[in-house]
Amino acid sequence: MELSEKKGSLLFLIAAPIIWAAHFLLSYITAAIWCEKAAGLTGSLLPVRLAIAGYTVVALAGIGYIGWKGYRMHRFRDGDRLHDQDTPASRYRFLGFATLLLSGLSAVATVYETLVVLFIERCY
Amino acid sequence: MRTPAHDPEPLAEAPPEEVRRAQAERLMKAWKPLKGWRYWSSVNNSVVGLWYTATSFAFFLFAGVLALLMRVQLAVPGNDFLTSGFYSQVFTLHGSVMMFLFAVPIFEALSILLMPQMLGARDLPFPRLSAYGFWSFIIGGVFVCGSIFFGAAPRGGWFMYPPLTTSYQTDIGADIWLLGLSFIEIASIAAAVELIVGILKTRPPGMRINLIPLYAWYILVVAVMILFAFPPLIAGDILFELERMLDWPFFNPERGGDPILWQHLFWIFGHPEVYIVFLPSVALVAMIVPTFAHRPMVGYSWIVLAAVGTGFISFGLWVHHMYTTGLPGISLGLFSAASEAVAIPTGIQIFCFIATLLAGRVTRSVPILFAFGGLGSFVLGGLTGVMVALVPFDLQAHDSHFVVAHLHYVLIGGAVFPTLAGVYYFFPLVSGKKLSDKLGRLSFWLLLIGFHVTFLPMHLTGLKGMPRRVFTYPADMGIDGLNLASTIGAFTLAAGFAVFVWAVIQPKKKQPYTERNPWKAGTLEWLQEMPGKPWGIRSIPEIDSRYPLWDQPNLERDVDEGRFYLPDAEEEQRETLITSTIDAKPLQCLRVPGPTYLALLAAVFTGGVFIFATFHWWWPAAVSGVLAAGTIITWLWTGTAIIPEKEEKDVGLGLTLPLYASGPNSVGWWAMFITMLGDMTAYVSLVFGYFFYWTIHEDFPPDPSPGPGIFWPVAAAVLLLTSWGLTMLARRWNKRDRASAFYAGMTAAAILSLAGGGATLAGPWFSGLDPTSHVYPAIVWILVIWTALHAAIGLIMQVYCIARRLAGRMTAQYDIDIANVTLFWHFMAITIAVTVAVIAGFPLVA
Repeated sequence: MELSEKKGSLLFLIAAPIIWAAHFLLSYITAAIWCEKAAGLTGSLLPVRLAIAGYTVVALAGIGYIGWKGYRMHRFRDGDRLHDQDTPASRYRFLGFATLLLSGLSAVATVYETLVVLFIERCY
Repeated sequence: MRTPAHDPEPLAEAPPEEVRRAQAERLMKAWKPLKGWRYWSSVNNSVVGLWYTATSFAFFLFAGVLALLMRVQLAVPGNDFLTSGFYSQVFTLHGSVMMFLFAVPIFEALSILLMPQMLGARDLPFPRLSAYGFWSFIIGGVFVCGSIFFGAAPRGGWFMYPPLTTSYQTDIGADIWLLGLSFIEIASIAAAVELIVGILKTRPPGMRINLIPLYAWYILVVAVMILFAFPPLIAGDILFELERMLDWPFFNPERGGDPILWQHLFWIFGHPEVYIVFLPSVALVAMIVPTFAHRPMVGYSWIVLAAVGTGFISFGLWVHHMYTTGLPGISLGLFSAASEAVAIPTGIQIFCFIATLLAGRVTRSVPILFAFGGLGSFVLGGLTGVMVALVPFDLQAHDSHFVVAHLHYVLIGGAVFPTLAGVYYFFPLVSGKKLSDKLGRLSFWLLLIGFHVTFLPMHLTGLKGMPRRVFTYPADMGIDGLNLASTIGAFTLAAGFAVFVWAVIQPKKKQPYTERNPWKAGTLEWLQEMPGKPWGIRSIPEIDSRYPLWDQPNLERDVDEGRFYLPDAEEEQRETLITSTIDAKPLQCLRVPGPTYLALLAAVFTGGVFIFATFHWWWPAAVSGVLAAGTIITWLWTGTAIIPEKEEKDVGLGLTLPLYASGPNSVGWWAMFITMLGDMTAYVSLVFGYFFYWTIHEDFPPDPSPGPGIFWPVAAAVLLLTSWGLTMLARRWNKRDRASAFYAGMTAAAILSLAGGGATLAGPWFSGLDPTSHVYPAIVWILVIWTALHAAIGLIMQVYCIARRLAGRMTAQYDIDIANVTLFWHFMAITIAVTVAVIAGFPLVA
């Protein structure tokens, strides 16, 4: 079975870190606007913490989906499981595995961001 | 090793001797090195890459001497070797030169030099662009460095914080920094475009994305990072220079500005910058380690993860340089978390290197010494990095010598040592000769010992309270001995560099050329003959493996005997193969341009704009600008999108490829797309500025709004969006060869562009917004000027297309020009839509 080039996209490879970046920026912007425009120095952060928790659920779901797809690509069999062969299947497995790894890293980084709001209760 | 059944094999028999000789002669005619004065019109990667590398090292040595001056001054307390003012110039220039004129350019230089060899390409797709980048770099660099000999150098530190540099240092120094370095940033973006397109499109057939050299993965990531990291700094530079030159108060709180905006823009650049410097150096290590371990890299995919992951996360760290500015604790927490997360991918690649060494049989060598001496030191810097990434610790260590120690451990350990390893390793590719092992080892130990003796004590002097950037210290702080040790270390370090430089420049006339592939490496660049031939590779092979020299039998013979692709230059033109992004299937035979002075001239004139503007010599600057534009248009007109004499060409092994491709199939289209991504990033940074002011002010945008109103911005949007639509239609009409429709459509589009650009400016003009009065009019004006300037460029492009078709240089079939111009206009459409939504729409809803 020939896996066409369209089945391997560099954009899909970076989809998980893009979700991390979106989560990160949204969290930062939400907190910055809330603290500057609404809460002030001593105001409560609760709405921001809830919002970031929501972003995290969505982000992790997205990253998980991409990681799962990557895992499925990585498990593609055509006789061997190698990543370094000059075949479309090998290239397909490699991209899947790299996608899976990047999803793992993105998930960890997203959880790190979320840990912050577990502990911080006020803007300053 | 498995390869697909239909993978082409090299010719079973070599062509006859006389055929091969004739082929080599034709290749030589196409790629002949230039002699005498004409040498300086060279554009091919092997020559430009060499100039680039040598120049970066020259700037490195210059900045090193500045460092020695500082260490002499700090050797003893209360020293008066340098005055406070001169010391400020010295540390500012030291940092700026090391970062902008060495650390970033050296990676571009080495990549331009080596990448085509690694990819089995004859050259990168835009050699003249590389040459333009190099000339811009050297002109800007000499200008910035030269300023210190006139006592006029910048003295605000390498990050130039206002208000110090706007209200207290009103001399020319900061302008030299802003304009000189902006000019070089443009050169960096040019190199990024070149390298991205090179890696994605000029790989040898069969080098699928899972087989590319790790160096290419790293450089691809870094080049993309440049595209998103440098433009915010350019945007910041624009705001900064407008404040200094025209008193537009972007960073002046008295009129609504805020110096923190500069810090944001600078560090959105500045932190990824650290990784832009670090990753290419690790990339060199990733090439060196497998060679000396005699086995493929362990965990190729993990290294790809590390490169891509670091590339992303490094953009989430910028605020960790701003912990002490009073941002909300929650923001600091988010950035602290990302700063800890980035240690994960950074660590992974180092484990891969160690695993490879453990799994292989290691040959001791100078490159390995440098690589691992450096990475060992880097790990120490990484650990202090994790410390300063924590907010409470950083609040104590901020602006102390602890930070100086940390950053030098990271940069010297992570970037300088691996680069020196790379120089030792790749030197035979450049000169055909190895560097002396004895001198290499001597220099390594001097450097390693000197480095630690210099910087280890700085952790302590910092913790004991010695601030950075202060020219002296009192005797009773308990830091005299530590400082003296640092100074002794610095001179040991300098001695190590002196030995290294001697190893490189010592005459090697009597030394015989080394054998081919002297390190027994597995990657493609080591196919090179010793010394190398001007055409690079004799024929472009089909690749089946990550380490073709180890895995593909007879590869050297088959390449040398011209049994693969493009063994000839029948038309005596410079050619290379273009392949697809994922599987490297051959798509096109690209004619690459040859020598020209146009790139040099264009750089001289562009440099003139920046340099004359520094001294407020407006007329010479304007003349220079017109000459630069004229030169670049001449360059495009005579040297790009050339219609070939035939449609296709036989490239060998029974494969026939087109000589011309337009739209997404052409390298030019990709270059435009990538350039515009960078351009868009700069624009987004300006828009970010607008919303930044909105968050910090109660009354931004002011109510009632003083301008620019609704009418003119909406009129501008309608005019420019119609021009965009007509440009797309004109492209279609051109393709269908409906000449009169094309001319009419494009002419109308050009008129609309002119009117639209004018209407954009009319909004703030007629509502009388005075940009010096407050930051609101200033930021509106800058968005409007940016948009109008792009409309003007779009207009020139539209007129250019009309002229090209009139001159017969663009036809229905050969339509690269209009395909690229249409692409520009897609981005233009986004720009005008966003500008109008912000300046006219946002005041209505805010």
